[in-house]
Amino acid sequence: MLFNKSKKSVVKKMGLEEYKGVFVFAQQVDNEISSIAYELIGKGKDLAKDLGTDVTAVLIGSEIKGLADELAAYGADKVIVVDDPQLKDYRTEPYTHALASVIQKYKPEIMLVGATAIGRDLGPRVSARIHTGLTADCTQLEIGDFPITPIPGKEQLHNQLLMTRPAFGGNTIATIACPNHRPQMATVRPGVMQKAPKVAGAKAEVIEFNPGFTPDNKYVEILEVVKAVSDTVDIMDAKILVSGGRGVGSPENFKLLQDLADVLGGTVSCSRAVVDSGWKPKDLQVGQTGKTVRPNVYFAIGISGAIQHVAGMEESDIIIAINKDDTAPIFDVADYGIVGDLNKIVPALTEALKAELAAK
Amino acid sequence: MKVVVCIKQVPDTKGGVKFNPDGTLDRGAMLTIMNPDDKAGLEAALRLKDQYGAEVTVITMGLPKAEEVLREAMAMGADKGILVTDRVLGGADTWATSQTLAGAIRNLEYDLIITGRQAIDGDTAQVGPQISEHLGIPVISYAQNIKIDGDSVIVERQYDDRYHVVKAKMPCLITALAELNEPRYMTPGGIFDAYQAEITTWGRADLVDVDDSNLGLKGSPTQIARASDKVRKGAGEKVTLDPAEAVDYIVDKLKTKHVI
Repeated sequence: MLFNKSKKSVVKKMGLEEYKGVFVFAQQVDNEISSIAYELIGKGKDLAKDLGTDVTAVLIGSEIKGLADELAAYGADKVIVVDDPQLKDYRTEPYTHALASVIQKYKPEIMLVGATAIGRDLGPRVSARIHTGLTADCTQLEIGDFPITPIPGKEQLHNQLLMTRPAFGGNTIATIACPNHRPQMATVRPGVMQKAPKVAGAKAEVIEFNPGFTPDNKYVEILEVVKAVSDTVDIMDAKILVSGGRGVGSPENFKLLQDLADVLGGTVSCSRAVVDSGWKPKDLQVGQTGKTVRPNVYFAIGISGAIQHVAGMEESDIIIAINKDDTAPIFDVADYGIVGDLNKIVPALTEALKAELAAK
Repeated sequence: MKVVVCIKQVPDTKGGVKFNPDGTLDRGAMLTIMNPDDKAGLEAALRLKDQYGAEVTVITMGLPKAEEVLREAMAMGADKGILVTDRVLGGADTWATSQTLAGAIRNLEYDLIITGRQAIDGDTAQVGPQISEHLGIPVISYAQNIKIDGDSVIVERQYDDRYHVVKAKMPCLITALAELNEPRYMTPGGIFDAYQAEITTWGRADLVDVDDSNLGLKGSPTQIARASDKVRKGAGEKVTLDPAEAVDYIVDKLKTKHVI
């Protein structure tokens, strides 16, 4: 009983019930909203619906007020804008000050941040400043009870954010709660959550807020911004991979795969057999002796699916295999397996996708 | 110049994963290695030692057996090793871990603190930035190059499509990417010395300016609701279709999954 009492006093001190609403960090780079911002709004709307509340996007930068309408179009009910010259390019300290100040003033129940190279720096620093928990790289978020199943002698809390994430390089899955601190904070893996449909002309309530920025020892100086000039994408970073095996038949025939990749904004990769035949360079090889990839979509085209290959790609979110041999082991790991002739299917698919995307 | 490097002994993910009944990791039951990003951070510190005569102290928080990873670091060339271990520190999330390490580092003089970007067991990338926040110093995450310039560091900070060259006054904290460098091997003499060397062991009582309520499982804001081995995904659908049907089938799946 004594233990329960002390628990309660913590809750009271935090004033958890004062915290309301779902907030998302609307990341922008060079005054262009990052896709993850819309994904977070989309997920935030689901969570807000379950909680009977609304979604607020927090937009931080310099000369960025004009972007609020974009966030409204994708479903933000409110947009809090922190606009200051100190916030031009991302720097940890001024952005932390901005977001932490917004949280302290507006007290959200949930704060979502993208698990990007910016969010994975900003999230921890903010959570440490405001003393709350942060769950990294979430792939699933839902509202539920904690503990999930009732435990005798322990109060079961309702309307908690349950945050699910992979760990150990994907070997385990954990679901995390943050019962006694607010906001419940998560970084969310890009490309996993769905954007809400865009509603042109939708308006959000826009709130301007500036906590004041006074440079101190924690402000770093940006000497130079160097944008990547290389157009060769590392296959480990690709969201969509169109991967070919010996079944593609010839180096020239990889053109079919390249065309498909181009339509989807993807990248071509390959199996070891292709590298061994000298058709493609080693840095495009997926598998145990190549690279381990985890794209959103992995097309395995003319790849039989030896265990060494599968080890390098089985964590892909969606695996689509095309192979004429219906006993190919690749079908054991494919979400969608098509037994058929790649030479006919792949070009037709490219054309169909072109038409589909042009219609959007 | 004094450099503190935070390193972590992590389970080798190839060795399989085991849990305690409360859902936390059973670290005692798994094979271990020095976390790769941390090793790159250590190498960066050792290069500062080679170049500027920096004194390199490695610190780790963990079970008593985490001493092994300190000896490995010393065999590579680190000067001092500190093990922070105490029963009350167990089950810590990133908040409680960063509080613990910050509390330990407050005992030390430092110009630079280097941590790995993230550990291969948790993959959170949170502890480095959180330590810097507790200590009130700047953080530069995702460092792909580190140079010293007088009383400042100049670091290439990696982003998704670019890098920033940033300058920060020391003391500051840097999180290192494994791509930063190729860590050196232990030397035979180094190994011999490291296994003779004295390791400093600190417990709860040695932490400075940290409240009990911020330590261990009880001081952790996040709690595990459920943990499990990943269920390997089995075969999905397999269909035999003529090309036109196959195209419709794939387009339909890509739409359902919001790829297009």
